[in-house]
Amino acid sequence: MSIRIPPVAARGLALGLPALPTVLAVATTVLLFSVFLWAREIPVLEAGALIYQGAFGSTFSWENTLLRAAPLMLTALCVALPARAGLIIIGGEGALVLGGLAAAVTPLWLPALPASLMWVAMAAAAMAMGGFWIGLSGWMRQRRGVNETIGSLLLSYIALAVFRHLVEGPLRDPASLNKPSTAPLPDAYSVGVISDTFYVHWGLVAGVVVCALAHVLVRHSVSGFAFSIVGGNVRAARMIGLPVNRLVLVTCVLGGAAAGLAGMFEVAAVQGSANAALIAGYGTSGILVAFAARHNPLAIIVCAILLGGVEASGSLLQRRLGLPDATTLILEGVLFVNLLAWEALNGRVLHWRIHWRERGRTPAEGVVQHG
Amino acid sequence: MPILNRRSFIKAAGVLGASAALPVNLARAADKPVTVGFIYVGAKDDFGYNQAHAEAAAIIKGLPNVTVIEEENVPETVAVQRSMEAMIRQDGAQLIFPTSFGYFDPHVIKVARKYPEVRFAHCGGLWQKGVHPDNAGSFFGYIDEGQYLNGVVAGHMSKSKKLGFVAAKPIPQVLRNLNAFTLGARSVDPEITTTVIFTGDWSLPVKEAEAANSLIDQGCDVLTCHVDGPKVLVETAEKRGVMTCGYHASQAALAPKGYLTGAEWNWETPYRAHVMALQSGAPMNNFMRGGLKEGFVKTSPYGPAVSDAAKAAADAVKASMLKCEFSIFTGPIRNNAGEVMVAEGTVLTQTDVVLERMDYLVEGVRGQI
Amino acid sequence: MAEIDYSVLLLALLAGAIRVGTPFLFVSLGECLTEKGGRINLGLEGILVVGAMSGYAVAYLTDSAWLGVLAAGCAGGALGAFHGVICSLPRVNDIAFGIALILLGTGLAFFFGKAFIQPQAPSLPSIELGAWSDDARVRSALSVNVLFFIGVALTLLMHWGLRATRWGLVLRLVGDHAQSARALGYRPALVRTLATAGGGFLAGVGGAYLSLYYPGSWNEGLSSGQGLMAVALVIFARWQPLNCLWAALLFGASGAVGPALQAVGISSGYYLFAAMPYALTLLVMYLSCRPNQTLSGAPGELSLNR
Repeated sequence: MSIRIPPVAARGLALGLPALPTVLAVATTVLLFSVFLWAREIPVLEAGALIYQGAFGSTFSWENTLLRAAPLMLTALCVALPARAGLIIIGGEGALVLGGLAAAVTPLWLPALPASLMWVAMAAAAMAMGGFWIGLSGWMRQRRGVNETIGSLLLSYIALAVFRHLVEGPLRDPASLNKPSTAPLPDAYSVGVISDTFYVHWGLVAGVVVCALAHVLVRHSVSGFAFSIVGGNVRAARMIGLPVNRLVLVTCVLGGAAAGLAGMFEVAAVQGSANAALIAGYGTSGILVAFAARHNPLAIIVCAILLGGVEASGSLLQRRLGLPDATTLILEGVLFVNLLAWEALNGRVLHWRIHWRERGRTPAEGVVQHG
Repeated sequence: MPILNRRSFIKAAGVLGASAALPVNLARAADKPVTVGFIYVGAKDDFGYNQAHAEAAAIIKGLPNVTVIEEENVPETVAVQRSMEAMIRQDGAQLIFPTSFGYFDPHVIKVARKYPEVRFAHCGGLWQKGVHPDNAGSFFGYIDEGQYLNGVVAGHMSKSKKLGFVAAKPIPQVLRNLNAFTLGARSVDPEITTTVIFTGDWSLPVKEAEAANSLIDQGCDVLTCHVDGPKVLVETAEKRGVMTCGYHASQAALAPKGYLTGAEWNWETPYRAHVMALQSGAPMNNFMRGGLKEGFVKTSPYGPAVSDAAKAAADAVKASMLKCEFSIFTGPIRNNAGEVMVAEGTVLTQTDVVLERMDYLVEGVRGQI
Repeated sequence: MAEIDYSVLLLALLAGAIRVGTPFLFVSLGECLTEKGGRINLGLEGILVVGAMSGYAVAYLTDSAWLGVLAAGCAGGALGAFHGVICSLPRVNDIAFGIALILLGTGLAFFFGKAFIQPQAPSLPSIELGAWSDDARVRSALSVNVLFFIGVALTLLMHWGLRATRWGLVLRLVGDHAQSARALGYRPALVRTLATAGGGFLAGVGGAYLSLYYPGSWNEGLSSGQGLMAVALVIFARWQPLNCLWAALLFGASGAVGPALQAVGISSGYYLFAAMPYALTLLVMYLSCRPNQTLSGAPGELSLNR
């Protein structure tokens, strides 16, 4: 038997196919979570409606979701960029808080500047700090063979300790009393919202733009191609004369810079100073977002919004159904377990995709044989 | 825009039915239906800080014509801003109690400016007229009065003349409690010292247990603390047979032998005041403080170990506190390096904001900040 | 300060190392077992929390602390097996899956644990090694929990088992060179799944130690990252069970020394002090690694080495 697949449809299928595991994962999550709610005698449909309403149901919900997604896009890049070169970095949290700290102290140590210049300086300081911290993991890996996963995790713990020590010790503003913080950012330098009708700070724009730039870098540039060669096979990369060490270091520094930038926006747009509230787990969530997006910068935007939505919906679940806050944690856990587990299908999908793409190319043979 | 859903409608109908059955004078005071939101930084049942708030919120829930909405585990990030806004926009909350200190600046201030018609009663902050919006305010309790009384009882009961204090961070609220506890104990016997251990964060159970053990090993025989959940400290001390004074809420059930007394919050008082003001349309009281006398704090009943002399001494101090004749921070007070912090003849009353900026350890505290 | 009694301080430090280090010992033995099979499970942090909750809950419901420990182990084993099975599928990254498991585990533990924060469960017994002494401090310091001795016994058993038994050899072969194991007719995925389940069991028991003995109650802030720290600890210990014991005690001591030093009046820089084990592990890794060569003792199939 043979089915005729028009070439356009075949192409479309080939394009849409990579989303298949994600779609299946979300579907399984919905199913499993519904069973969980049902078993706990929680009204499933009402809960589902509330989750949708809380995440994407109104402009207010969208603002809520996007605000939470903004830092995740940047911290996910801290995982995704080094992953192009074959490194698994899980220390984004440390780069974020140190980046935030660097941004918070920049206005204190610089003369008064116009706001736009100060933002550039703060972002530069934050990115340099974050880039340095993750770069350190990459450097130790290339220089001494110190595993970057554990290395970055340890460095992250050290960063958190240094951060707390500085914020509550030498860099503490004596006026911050019961909430030890660095000196507050002058109002003129705080980053505002995009508009009064769309109440999301500019960190979202930064996240989307940086993800888009990262996409161009990894997909449409020579360096990006070089990263993938290093990530695919280091020996081959060395054989064709690529500067492997430098390339690895560059991905780490860029990733760390993205996380540092997230810290800068947390300080400049949300907290107004560096304090312990900066340690909010954005770095850890970023790891999951990056893996769920298969380290594809554009997919990161989608996955970050998905996670932001889940987090945003928790508030409504608590208030309307009286569910404990942990319900959201379970939903997130189930979602990521599924997203990662369905990755197993991706190998097959890749195979089908190539198959269909070829069909799409030769219209005369646009036939799929089914035995 | 309040969105009335089925549940809140049923709730409102139930409340209406209940208030109809009430005596007329009570029902009149509460004739305006209001929605009140509570936000906690941790779990509602943590045997400590958040639980003290949640228990008072449960009482408010029982008031006629009051709908209470709650959220727990809300971090001090953009999340709390959005939770406040969601309570306002999705549930029509007119009064919000953000209960964690860290919520105030910048989160409560920012949202209060955006919603001038909603009231924000923050716990612990230092609201200042002209600096902070008029629809926001802060309330707090002078729990150092309870800690002073803890100190008096501990001073009487201690045999080793060494007391222990497990603290989260060296911030003014904590230092004020630590100093009051020490001053209370030294009012009994000036030889008494308090050893302090800072754990570094509000909830680190293993560190708190380790700190309690270290203090006991150093000979401290009465312990107290200022961390989010005193459960671990009280249980560890009971296991090792030393005495404890409680904090936040009563931990008497956890240490039937060694629990002496405790400094407890009574948040019901400020909550009720804010809700009543809202219902009657009275202007908001932006800066609300109170101690034992005002009913913002209370003390746990004495445990079986407390001697009569200790009870009598503590009761006497408590009585003069209730008559406003007593001031904890009466000069001369030196810090533990010997410098004079409060000059001879100076009496700092509880309302003095200097006390909310405390940054030293009084004489008799062993430790550094 | 002349009044510091150094012998008591040292004894207290040792006692603290054992008290704080026991959960590290169990989780690190679990991680060691898992990694010997060639997998890494960062989810042990979540498993630890699930173990703490389920152990406390079952101990409270059955009034038996030991049934609690068993339940904690089984819950941990189930989650470990889950990690093992899913990571056997192609293209599933064990590191990322471990992190997802942390979320899921803590979520489940917090959700079902709400009902068990207030009640008091029975505590695990300890052995009074200091009964001979008149000094209450010595007696307290030498009151060591039974689980610690079980942990030491397990360490020795694992040390011997990995070297001298067929099982141990198979596990190490799978962990070092899965292809050879396959050629010999073993199924690496099955062996790894079993090892991960075993590792989960041990981590669950480590969690039960936290909730049932020290600090001895269940609440949501109970774990302060012991599960993740164990991953560093295993590297510090070079995948040797015996070293895991020493490393667990060292990590435990570093957790105990901060409060102990403050108790005698030295109280600055406690954040930096708390980060010492991480810095030390990093230093050891830096000094002992060489480029283009895996850490000596590291299982060859470990994703950490690729």
